[in-house]
Amino acid sequence: MQAYLDNHSCTKTDERVFKEMMPFLTDNYGNAQSMHSLGAASKDAIERARGQVAGLIGAGEKEICFTASGSESNNLAIKGVAEGCKAKGRHIVISPVEHFSVMYSAKRLSQAGFEVTYVPVDKYGMVSPDDIKSAIRQDTVLVSIQHANPEIGTVQPIEEISKVLRERNIPFHTDAVATAGVLPVDVAVLGVDLLTFSASMIYGPKGVAALYIRKGVRIVPQIDGGIQENGRRAGTENVPAIVGFGAACEIAKQEMEKNRDAMLGLRNRTIDELPKRIDHIYLNGHPERRLPGNVNFSVEFIEGEGMLLYLDRKGIYITSGSACTSKALKMSHVLSAIKLDPAVAQGSLLMTLSKYNTAEEVEYLLAELPPIVRKLRGISPLYNYFLKSGKRHVAGPGTDYEHQHEDEVTSE
Amino acid sequence: MPFYSEKVMDHFQNPRNVGEINNPDGTGEVGNPVCGDLMIFYIKVRDGRLEDVKFKTFGCGAAIAVSSMVSEMAKGRTLDEAMKITNELVAVELGGLPPNKMHCSNLGADALHKAIEDYKKKSGSGA
Repeated sequence: MQAYLDNHSCTKTDERVFKEMMPFLTDNYGNAQSMHSLGAASKDAIERARGQVAGLIGAGEKEICFTASGSESNNLAIKGVAEGCKAKGRHIVISPVEHFSVMYSAKRLSQAGFEVTYVPVDKYGMVSPDDIKSAIRQDTVLVSIQHANPEIGTVQPIEEISKVLRERNIPFHTDAVATAGVLPVDVAVLGVDLLTFSASMIYGPKGVAALYIRKGVRIVPQIDGGIQENGRRAGTENVPAIVGFGAACEIAKQEMEKNRDAMLGLRNRTIDELPKRIDHIYLNGHPERRLPGNVNFSVEFIEGEGMLLYLDRKGIYITSGSACTSKALKMSHVLSAIKLDPAVAQGSLLMTLSKYNTAEEVEYLLAELPPIVRKLRGISPLYNYFLKSGKRHVAGPGTDYEHQHEDEVTSE
Repeated sequence: MPFYSEKVMDHFQNPRNVGEINNPDGTGEVGNPVCGDLMIFYIKVRDGRLEDVKFKTFGCGAAIAVSSMVSEMAKGRTLDEAMKITNELVAVELGGLPPNKMHCSNLGADALHKAIEDYKKKSGSGA
């Protein structure tokens, strides 16, 4: 049996999407900028896809700019708006749980003389509109807060934040990679000026994403060259991928409710059941304002990579926010931002569902994980110490292990 | 290519000498759970040889495999021989470790050496 539970990394491409893409990988290979018929076929396909993509989020077709990734869209939004508005001010506001492409774009701007304010998040990773209100200034040119966090699943109060910003006329960007196509996303309802979303999260191909840029928002291109994407992003269009993105958006819009309900059922079963089968595990992220496919637990006394390797041998594919599993050997910045005890964060497990996951797969995970946790705890000196002393092993300077976990659930 | 060698995976999945020793002659602890790895080695010494070596490890697959390999390499050796086991030798015995795991997870030999030093200190020999 196999269970792919790493859908926040990428989803399986829908067969129907693949079929739409195929002709543009074979016969219809024309460059969309060419004057001949083959070029025109590609151009038409891109414009049709633009309509489908715009339709998913209630945007106008001209407000959609195709890019090659969510990261590129975020770079374009942050750097493009900042550069366009630098005469007005040099201050931007983001949260500490943003995607790296937002975090590092902001860092780049700070090196170029911009000031970046990081609004705090609570223990669930939530941003408060009041904190946004106190963070903005006369010279604030952009606020960027993600719609939902792909790692801990927390959905941000975007509508409330946008109300604060509308009064001041400050451009507002949201990274909606985790939500567009999964939850209802309408740019007018959210009240955002820029919105990032991507195909690979919604059963489309990798290598294509979009940035919604509300009409009238000034943005400086980050890739200079030809006149593609209305001069906002140079480079020959990735026609098959764009066509696939369009098809994926149309399908996502039609099937959103059905997919969401199915994922919610599986998610709730996992969140309810795992603490009954494994003691000393804690849910990360908001319990209610949460993505329908997101499950993130910290399993205390053991490290995430060990669990991940054992699960891999069983055909269960997940991820972890532990330092050991990251190539940089750094703990997840999201888990740091919600101030999770670093030793507990090492045991984080991230399981993300898609429309393809089944109840059997979830039951398989629920059956396979507890013996793996028992085995690794049997090797763990931290668990040993806890069993003997009833206390948590003191890790080092500044680490408080004797606190109570308020969400602690004991096994039955 | 898989992330870890088959030998690492074998030692990770079937770690040798896991456990504790009651009244050990020496214990050695390295690492810190905040960094993601913590290893504790327990040794029993008889006639200048490591009669028994056991460990408990919190950490990634590499950390557990390294601990297991060190315990296997050290058991039955004289204290002097055991002191010559290096982290590099352990990595070689495991068929290599990914570059980013060489330093933080490969601390098994250090933990063993600490346990031997602890024994020497307690027994007053060579301290």
